[in-house]
Amino acid sequence: MDTAEADARLLDAIRRDDPTAFETFVRRYGGRILGFGMHVCGEQEAAKDVAQETLLQAFQSLKDVQEPKALRSWLYRVVSNACLMRRRKKKYEPKRELSLEELMPSGPAEAGIEIPDARALPDDEAVREEVREAVHAGIRELPIDYGVVLLLRDIEQLSTRETAEALGLNASTVKMRLHRGRLMLRRVLAERLGRTAADAGGAS
Amino acid sequence: MSHGHGRDSESCREMFARLSEYMDGELDPEICSSIDDHMEDCPPCRAFLESLRRTVSLSRELPKLEIPEEMVRELVDAYKKMQSGRP
Repeated sequence: MDTAEADARLLDAIRRDDPTAFETFVRRYGGRILGFGMHVCGEQEAAKDVAQETLLQAFQSLKDVQEPKALRSWLYRVVSNACLMRRRKKKYEPKRELSLEELMPSGPAEAGIEIPDARALPDDEAVREEVREAVHAGIRELPIDYGVVLLLRDIEQLSTRETAEALGLNASTVKMRLHRGRLMLRRVLAERLGRTAADAGGAS
Repeated sequence: MSHGHGRDSESCREMFARLSEYMDGELDPEICSSIDDHMEDCPPCRAFLESLRRTVSLSRELPKLEIPEEMVRELVDAYKKMQSGRP
C-alpha cells in the first residue's frame, strides 16, 4: 500500500470513529514523529513528551483534514511547532542565512574528500553504527532552520511543496535552506568520516 | 586554480549554488544541461557533487525509528481516558 492510499484509509477510519484508528495512527506516524523530535529537541525525554503530546492533540483534529495528501504536511506542522517551542536556544543559531561563500570548499583537495557510499558500507556493524551516529550528530548540529528543512526533505522525504506547507515557508526558502543544510552536513561528515585521495591511495 | 575552475571561477560558483536543485531534478532542462556540460569539464565540481549526493543518500538510508511498544500502550491508554472523560 502506498503512502497516499494508507493515509486515505486512515482518514476514512477516523471519520467513521473506528475504535482502532488511534492505534493505527500511532503505529503509522509515532516512530517518525519521535525520530523528528529526537533530532530537533536533541533529548530523548523531551522528544518523547513532544511525540506523545503531538500524537494525542493532532488526532483530535485529523477529521478536519480533507485531503489525504495534506495529512503529512499538516502533521509535521504540528510537530515542528511543538519541537521549536521546546527547543533550547543553541549557542550557534545564525540570525541570518549563511552565504554560500562560507560553505564552498576552499579548493580541489576539500572538494575531493570522499564521503562513504551508503550502498557500499562494509558489513561490519560497528562501522555502520559509526556512520549512522555521525549522520545523526551532524543533523543535530545544524542550525535549526536548516535542520528542520533537511529532516523533512531528506529523512521524511516530503516534497518541496509539502515541506513549504508544513513550515509555512515559500518553496524558494525551502530550497535555499535545504541546500545550505546539506552543504553543512557534508562538511561535518567530511571531517568525521571523509577520506582524501591520498588516504585512498595509501590504503590500496 | 590553473585550469580556471574552483572557488574563484564564476561558473563554479553559479553551479555550486544550484547543486541541490540539480540533484533533486528541480531545474529547467536548459540549466541542467549547462550544469552537465560544466561537470564534464570540471573534476573538482564533479567530485564535490558526488560527495553531496552521498551525504543525501546517507540521510535517506538512516533506519526509521520504530515507536517503542510501551509508548504505544501508554498513548492508547491515555487516548481511552480522554475519550471516557468526554461528556
